[in-house]
Amino acid sequence: MQADQVIGSTCPYCGVGCQVSLNIKDEHILRVEAPFDAAPNYGRLCVKGRFGLDYVHHQSRLKAPLIRHTPQPPGQRSPARYPDDWHEATWDEALDLVVRRLLELRWQHGPDSITANACAKATNEDNYLLQKYVRGVLGTNNVDHCTRLCHAGSVAALQLAIGSSAMSNAIAEMKNLECFIVTGSNTTENHPVIGTFLKEAVHQNGAQLIVVDPRQIEMTRFAHLWLRQRPGTDTALFNAMANVILKENLYDEEFIAARTEGFEEYAQSLQGKTPEWAAEITGVPAEDIRAAARIYARAKAAAIYWGMGISQSTHGTDNALTLVNLALLCGHVGRPGTGLNPLRGQNNVQGCSDAGGMPNVYTAYQPVTDPQVRLKFEKAWHTCLSHQPGLTTTEMVDGILTGRVKGWYVMGENPLMSEPDLNHARQAIQHLEFFVAQDIFFNETNVYADVILPAASFAEKDGTFTNSDRRVQRIRKAIPAPGQARADWEIVSELARRSITRICQAADEHTDSPSADMDRVICHSSEQMLAEWIYAHPSEIWEEMRSVTPDFYGITYQRIDQEGGVHWPCPTLDHPGSPYLFAKSFPRGRGKFWPVAYGTDSELPDDEYPFTLSTGRLLYHWHGGTLSRASALTDIWPECTVEMHPQDAGHLSLQTGDWVDVSSRRGAITARLLVTGRSPQGTVFIPFHFVEAAANVLTDLRLDERAKIPDYKVCAVRIAKATAAPIRPGAETPLTQRGTIKDPTAP
Amino acid sequence: MSSQEETFLLSLTINGQTVQVPAGTTILDAAQTVGIQIPTICYHPSLTANAVCRLCAVEVIGARTLQPACVVTVESGMVVNTETARVNEARRVILELLASTVDLRQAPEIQAYIEQYGARVGRFVGGVARDFNVFDDNPFYIRDYSQCVMCWRCIQVCAEDVQHTFALTWGGRGIQSYVATAFGEDMPDTTCVFCGNCVGVCPTGALKGKVEFDLERNTADSRRE
Repeated sequence: MQADQVIGSTCPYCGVGCQVSLNIKDEHILRVEAPFDAAPNYGRLCVKGRFGLDYVHHQSRLKAPLIRHTPQPPGQRSPARYPDDWHEATWDEALDLVVRRLLELRWQHGPDSITANACAKATNEDNYLLQKYVRGVLGTNNVDHCTRLCHAGSVAALQLAIGSSAMSNAIAEMKNLECFIVTGSNTTENHPVIGTFLKEAVHQNGAQLIVVDPRQIEMTRFAHLWLRQRPGTDTALFNAMANVILKENLYDEEFIAARTEGFEEYAQSLQGKTPEWAAEITGVPAEDIRAAARIYARAKAAAIYWGMGISQSTHGTDNALTLVNLALLCGHVGRPGTGLNPLRGQNNVQGCSDAGGMPNVYTAYQPVTDPQVRLKFEKAWHTCLSHQPGLTTTEMVDGILTGRVKGWYVMGENPLMSEPDLNHARQAIQHLEFFVAQDIFFNETNVYADVILPAASFAEKDGTFTNSDRRVQRIRKAIPAPGQARADWEIVSELARRSITRICQAADEHTDSPSADMDRVICHSSEQMLAEWIYAHPSEIWEEMRSVTPDFYGITYQRIDQEGGVHWPCPTLDHPGSPYLFAKSFPRGRGKFWPVAYGTDSELPDDEYPFTLSTGRLLYHWHGGTLSRASALTDIWPECTVEMHPQDAGHLSLQTGDWVDVSSRRGAITARLLVTGRSPQGTVFIPFHFVEAAANVLTDLRLDERAKIPDYKVCAVRIAKATAAPIRPGAETPLTQRGTIKDPTAP
Repeated sequence: MSSQEETFLLSLTINGQTVQVPAGTTILDAAQTVGIQIPTICYHPSLTANAVCRLCAVEVIGARTLQPACVVTVESGMVVNTETARVNEARRVILELLASTVDLRQAPEIQAYIEQYGARVGRFVGGVARDFNVFDDNPFYIRDYSQCVMCWRCIQVCAEDVQHTFALTWGGRGIQSYVATAFGEDMPDTTCVFCGNCVGVCPTGALKGKVEFDLERNTADSRRE
């Protein structure tokens, strides 16, 4: 069938940032194709990108601003799951209410009583404006997003060791790799298109692949060596590899001398960390550790790719540091085919962080504590800014319980599926005084809100996403937004203008408020601020963003249109962009070795809770499920499955399809069992996409000290056969007759 | 290919024009460098060429048979003609045979070739036509092998060219052969990961997204009413 028009855009699911051609017929996505000549995917897509974009047409899209009928007293806030609980408001009514309530809190309790969630699914422009609003109009640095929950450990480690946290090498290089390590990443399910390039590197280019993962993921079938460590023992394994490299003189002396510091101390710290020592801890044979060390160190160029398995841990920063140490030790960074590559989760988690969606930095990681930087932004935004770094996502929840946080503005995230220990998070949210959410669907979080603002999806707006390898790419409006829904950037700029006006009107009544000083500055420059908060198109937002961000200065919409995408850093208009980083130096000068001791604060199994729970994702679903479960994707994997090793299942007399209760010290869920050798004995795996069996009810709140990232990969649970099957759609159908649910390791 | 080979240029003649290309270049790519388009059906620039359809056949002086330009690499002094009477006759017959056995209504590129080469689509009508029920066994795409020209692209993209999933293979023999799954299983029971990269390279309507398939069917139904 002929399409009316074909619009080039970027896939909104994962961090690969695949280029898509949306074939539109009668304002509907008729089919999704991919251009064969365009990076990063060169015509390839996965099931989510090709067949999972139908959520934009789902009947349950939010089409009008919604306001709660009953006021929600703090402490007794309840979810409103039925349309009758809400009334459809005009934009004026909803926006004025939001502005009034947020400013009341700001005047009464100070700007830091308000926190905001930026959104890793929204555009750079949306997020830039959100943080500009929160910082420059409300007056707090309390803005963070889900990067905290996925790669905070990697970011912390990379910042400590080299001073930059982005993926160092490009996706386009992958098929030419010679040698690479994949660890803590189920690449073929979570970054499927990158998965195809990695397979190609092995199969067509003869690359040597070392997989380090407790799960028997698909990549293990392509691996030269598979090291199956016990969950949570990563640092022991990578330290032992370094020990071998040191002992056998396989390290790159020249690189260490020229580019690094702290080597002596680090070398000292590796004493005694022999493969035999690590074998005890990790369960990986010492000879395999030696072999892996030799392969990695002897390769001319070798890269490391990792995912949540490394970062989502109480020692996530340590895990990532051991990987950085390995790369510095062998000089495997700063050249094509080498590098330190954390594979980013969300389509724009890189961009949301780059755009300043974090509590301690403005755009491109310019620190809020640096007076020079702050002055620059104060001048650019005609306001005064807080020097106090804000709260992280994980701290926001506790901030509500301690009374520090009163108001919450969530743009497009669903923390009540993604935070650890959901019961705790839910309790916290009940104590909010005011809660405004902005989304394209109802979700588990925004049903607690006072106001929901309907947003446009990726297909209904213009803007840019930045993918995992730092490539800034376009999304383009292909269809109209449903009902009154508006693009996030439009909503935020409306809120900002109304807030500025109201601050000017009412500042006199609040001269003893904690925000009085800021109010005076805003009143003084209100005309300029109001004028500059008018944006006709996201390109104007990008122009402003690049003018305050040296690293983006060379990237323009025109260039992206011509070149398909530009890798930042790109400081000048004639700069080609940076597909790989650190050729000559590291942002912090020398790369620093950080000694890492083995140890864990994770909740380990015991007699009462004898299994280790790891959470993660499936090929066919997306995070909290808001999108993928409003899509055809849900037909192919319709329900939550608990993966258990056959021997464990045998001991408990359980089989595939049995309903089991999984409980931890925090809560319990019920789901069906899938017996598979994919997870090792003693470990169960549960995807976190399914609200009816939300894995994060079980997970633990313990955080990594430095990165504040929770431990999603290790907590202790107990499993028992459920007394009765829950009443759910499809519960009568045998599990293996639903979609494509089957043991992925079966021959 | 080593850098030495890459820089070693060969000289040949295509349709009277002198062309210089690196050793290892196919006739198809060599022709393209001087703007000569050779028609193709099974060939796809991102996939391994297999010379299945033979529409790209060209005349190489001194060769006994026509040569498939998508796989034959150039040689020094080669003289190639891409549009001779013999070549065009071969292409016409290929298109006529395809048109008599396969439903080509949703293959606009092949339709254009039929026009271009003056193929008489009715010439072989009455023989065995490819006739299969539509496989509608998963939520994402359908397989209608009465529209399949057996170009091999889907099988390759599923195998080593991209996905390494190996869900598709050849089934049947001779005129009865078709693209199949192992043991004829429904897609959800195979290794298929529903990436749809096969749909993305299908040159006809044989592989098609469900959304599009359902829409066409509904439109057809409403017309009938």
